[in-house]
Amino acid sequence: MRVSPGASARAMSVDLTTVKKIAGLARLAVSDAEAEALVPELNGILHWVEQLGEVDVTGVEPMTAVIPNTLRLRDDVVTDGNVRDKVLANAPQAEHGFFAVPKVIE
Amino acid sequence: MAELTDLTVAQIRDGFRAGDFSAREVAEAFNANVAAAKVLNAFIVETPEHALAAADQADRDRAAGTLRPLSGVPIGMKDLFCTQGVQTTAASHMLEGFTPTYESTVSQKLWDAGAGMLGKLNLDQFAMGSSNETSYFGNVISPWRRGAGDNAPLAPGGSSGGSSSAIAARLCPAATGTDTGGSIRQPAAFTGISGIKPTYGRCSRWGIIAFASSLDQAGPMARTVRDCAIMLENMAGFDPKDATSLELPVPKWEAGLSSDLKGRKVGIPREYRVEGLDGDVARVWDDGVAWLKDAGAEIVEVSLPHSKYALPAYYIIAPAEASSNLARYDGVRYGLRDLPDGANLQEMYAATRAAGFGPEVKRRIMIGTYVLSAGFYDAYYTQAQKVRALIARDFARAFEQCDVILAPTAPSAAFALGDKTADPLSMYLNDVFAVPASLAGLPAMSVPGGLTQGGLPLGLQIIGPAFDEQAVLNAGLAIEERAGFTARPEKWW
Repeated sequence: MRVSPGASARAMSVDLTTVKKIAGLARLAVSDAEAEALVPELNGILHWVEQLGEVDVTGVEPMTAVIPNTLRLRDDVVTDGNVRDKVLANAPQAEHGFFAVPKVIE
Repeated sequence: MAELTDLTVAQIRDGFRAGDFSAREVAEAFNANVAAAKVLNAFIVETPEHALAAADQADRDRAAGTLRPLSGVPIGMKDLFCTQGVQTTAASHMLEGFTPTYESTVSQKLWDAGAGMLGKLNLDQFAMGSSNETSYFGNVISPWRRGAGDNAPLAPGGSSGGSSSAIAARLCPAATGTDTGGSIRQPAAFTGISGIKPTYGRCSRWGIIAFASSLDQAGPMARTVRDCAIMLENMAGFDPKDATSLELPVPKWEAGLSSDLKGRKVGIPREYRVEGLDGDVARVWDDGVAWLKDAGAEIVEVSLPHSKYALPAYYIIAPAEASSNLARYDGVRYGLRDLPDGANLQEMYAATRAAGFGPEVKRRIMIGTYVLSAGFYDAYYTQAQKVRALIARDFARAFEQCDVILAPTAPSAAFALGDKTADPLSMYLNDVFAVPASLAGLPAMSVPGGLTQGGLPLGLQIIGPAFDEQAVLNAGLAIEERAGFTARPEKWW
């Protein structure tokens, strides 16, 4: 099970622009220096996982449930609620029984 | 009599019942050990009052004749389980100060069974790591040392490194762990203790801070196989609050323990015998084969042809699920908020997440976001889920020829803190033997197998078919009885 980084039939790699775009999608503020450091790190990991491309998966369905299990339906009744203060108990800022956030409409 | 803190869960339970000591004496002894071992940094929060309250209740219950399965037994709780009124952080800055208003199903079951809580155990941040070096609250240090004057602090494994360190150092007789890709088994192996990850769905995930939901599974860690069985019986069970909870009765695993393996077949996966396998690891693996043969089992070679692809598949699937699960940390509902002057809502999200997550968590969120993004989803995520199906099929075919599989738990003994932090990939490779069973949702446990030439513990891993924790525990017991593993870290802390 020796795993050799780098072997890849279809090397895709990320550049600084892509890293910044991904950080934006992930809602992570990154400085230019952090983004630059992430480029080789992510490429190292991505090139390593690309060995999965070697595996013949013809006719194989992607796994959706690791243990066969049917999703249950429960009775359509209220089982929870009336816990506003508990829900708000850990909020960084709660006002008048609501979560408070910076103004979103100018 | 032995020191109370040297007793196993079974010995504490039975000795307490027999009146050899009070539950309060036990709790006080462990509380004292916890308080004296701060240098190990195994606990993020200590809760001696919780342990004492449970102990006093146990003493009253004993007098009233209303004992419960874990009456008198104090345990450690990994700080990934939400505990009502007690800070729960996942070892992150993001959740520093978060005090749940509810209790996780698994921890509630343990309290209902009479157990007391000694504290919340340190871990890798959001359970992402294999050495407990990603915790916001500092590294956990293993009580083990290489000896011969080498006092370099060693990794207790991860992510359940607080649990493993605390048990090995006799700060608690047992603890909860969680295992997403080896986080119970690898730390157990590194510290010379036992731990079992049951079949996916045995233990409710409700109230456990999510990392990768299709892989996350709780399980116990302790010093003996019997203790693991006792703990697991009191952690497992159907929970309607978890959609993937198994609707099955909880077997009587402790009563079912038997190390007689006559008529059983043990599979040795040829693909795990990798080129360059560590000599000590190979020797202990051979010992394990001999012990199981001695217990009456027949040894057969089996093949798990897709093993080498398990780790790369895991490092697509787990980050993908993590990036989705950790989207909830937005600085609005709970946890940290970082609101720079004049920032709008989007900027608040990004600033909060940048400040609240450590580097490894960010790295995995980035990888996960990338592999799920438009244009790459099929090439990475769908391909990984297909490979995962093949890995599960490999195991299903192997279990047509054998009852359990025996393999090493980890490719080496504990390494020194700092040895692998520069290169994420070298850290990931630690879980090369542990991840396949996680991807297939199978029960798997690590038991101590022996020591390296240098005197550090090595674990042996037993993997079973889905739902057959009993076969795993029984093979573990057969090894435990023959390995005669009595080594323990010399006290320096």
